[in-house]
Amino acid sequence: MSKAFLEVSGLAKVYATKEGNDFTVYEDVNFTLDKGEFVCIIGHSGCGKSTILNTLAGLDDPSGGAVIMNGKEVKGPSLERGVVFQNYSLLPWLSTLSNVEFGVKARWKDWSKSKVREHSTRFLNMVGLEHALNRKPSELSGGMRQRVSIARAFATQPELLLLDEPFGALDALTRGVIQEELVKIWSETHQTVFMITHDVDEAILLSDRIFLMSNGPNAAIAESVKVDIPRPRQRNTIFQQPGYYQLRNYLVNFLVNRSAEKPEDTSGKPKEVNPLSGLETSSAPDAAISEDSVQAQNNEHPLAVNQ
Amino acid sequence: MIQSMPFRAALLSIVMAVLMFGVWEAAVVTPEKSTEMTEYEMLMGGADQEARVPPPSDVLKHAWGELSDPFYDKGPNDKGIGIQLAYSLYRVLTGYVLAALIAIPIGFVVGMSPLMYNALNPFIQILRPISPLAWMPLALFIIQDSETSAIFVIFICSIWPMLINTAFGVANVRGDWINVARTHELSALRTAFQVILPAAAPTILTGMRISIGIAWLVIVAAEMLVGGTGIGYYVWNEWNNLDLNSVIFSILMIGCVGMLLDLSLARAQKLVEYNE
Repeated sequence: MSKAFLEVSGLAKVYATKEGNDFTVYEDVNFTLDKGEFVCIIGHSGCGKSTILNTLAGLDDPSGGAVIMNGKEVKGPSLERGVVFQNYSLLPWLSTLSNVEFGVKARWKDWSKSKVREHSTRFLNMVGLEHALNRKPSELSGGMRQRVSIARAFATQPELLLLDEPFGALDALTRGVIQEELVKIWSETHQTVFMITHDVDEAILLSDRIFLMSNGPNAAIAESVKVDIPRPRQRNTIFQQPGYYQLRNYLVNFLVNRSAEKPEDTSGKPKEVNPLSGLETSSAPDAAISEDSVQAQNNEHPLAVNQ
Repeated sequence: MIQSMPFRAALLSIVMAVLMFGVWEAAVVTPEKSTEMTEYEMLMGGADQEARVPPPSDVLKHAWGELSDPFYDKGPNDKGIGIQLAYSLYRVLTGYVLAALIAIPIGFVVGMSPLMYNALNPFIQILRPISPLAWMPLALFIIQDSETSAIFVIFICSIWPMLINTAFGVANVRGDWINVARTHELSALRTAFQVILPAAAPTILTGMRISIGIAWLVIVAAEMLVGGTGIGYYVWNEWNNLDLNSVIFSILMIGCVGMLLDLSLARAQKLVEYNE
């Protein structure tokens, strides 16, 4: 039994169809998260990423398996697990500041009004919204709304932050700016983050590890790819880091060519992969990927849970 | 400035009013009696000549007289228009507030619970289309007080729009907002007051606005039945007195008060409205 911060074991989601058959979205999903880790999960639509995230949040009940956080099973939503939804989910009748204060007041019920305000304002400043405290969400752009949502989630300081494709609805320029803000706020708080994304570059910029999901039905987390690029990372310079494109190619290759394959490993644990482990010796990236990834299956990654 | 839309609309309204009153005034000119009166007509004091719709100038003159002393009280059959309207408003507001106190909490429960919704739906569907005046005989028999019966009729007609709109508004609160409440571990009571109530408030206010409109329609008919006081009784009493000046004047007053009631709720609706 590992002493991981968060342990997911045997998680399954099965829907009954009209014909009476069972439709298995995913089954036997197993993974662990360490404290302070930033993990992104990538996969094609329909593989059940959002359902996994909602199950971690406690908003969705699994058909089988369990989520254990800090040794306790997750049953229902909790302030220990903050969620940033794709559609922001701000309360439209409250101002920017009140939306964040809503979360802070729920978290620390005995705080004084001024303390709640001071704390909320600090987190809104972190995402650069000090000028929009009294505006309603309808008066904000999509990017600004998502910043409020991120500020609300970080301000409540949950042990685990769940981000459901937070930048999915934003244009590329706004997305880049908010990614940097997310990096900044995360480097100050070092919360554990589990995030869904469709953007490979975003995942490399933000993550310690990237989970790759195979296609549904009967989806699984096929691989857990280590992002061996030193921090702090900068969006405008990260692609000059050695191995960046090698890692990127590896991820894209999986999504384009290999996501339909069923993982050969039937233990349910994702295969640990570090595409950059043999970096110095490799000259031809494409050839190196396949060789290295085979070697890297059971490398000395500190989070390796393969038996 | 002069070209602005509100200005032009106001100008047009005035022109239409003047035209309307002009046509009305011209249409109801007292015809000159050409032939001599018959014996019967003389006995009746030439009443047929007076039995006509009064011209607007007479109505305005009469209105001026009534409005300059709205609160006089010369016995049960002769009270000022202000007193009559105050009685009607008192009945409407009492019945309406009672209905709101019951309809909104029940609507909340019905909206939150599909079980309650399905259980109560048949009752609501049967009770809702009943004309509120149909309750009057039963109310008079059970309550045995005409004043309270009128209030009950207002209560029963205002309850349905508020109940249905509240249930609809609560049931259609976006799931995301409920999830926000759940992930913040809000208690059921806090979720109700801090998330569901503000989210459903515009729909609830719409129901309240429909209800006050219906209540004001119904009070006139109810007071014609129960008699004694109120604007509905006043209209009917002046009809019995064959005082059409008063009848037309009170019709206009009913319209004005109804508009003010609706405006005040429209104002309240503005306060709770939000844009997504």
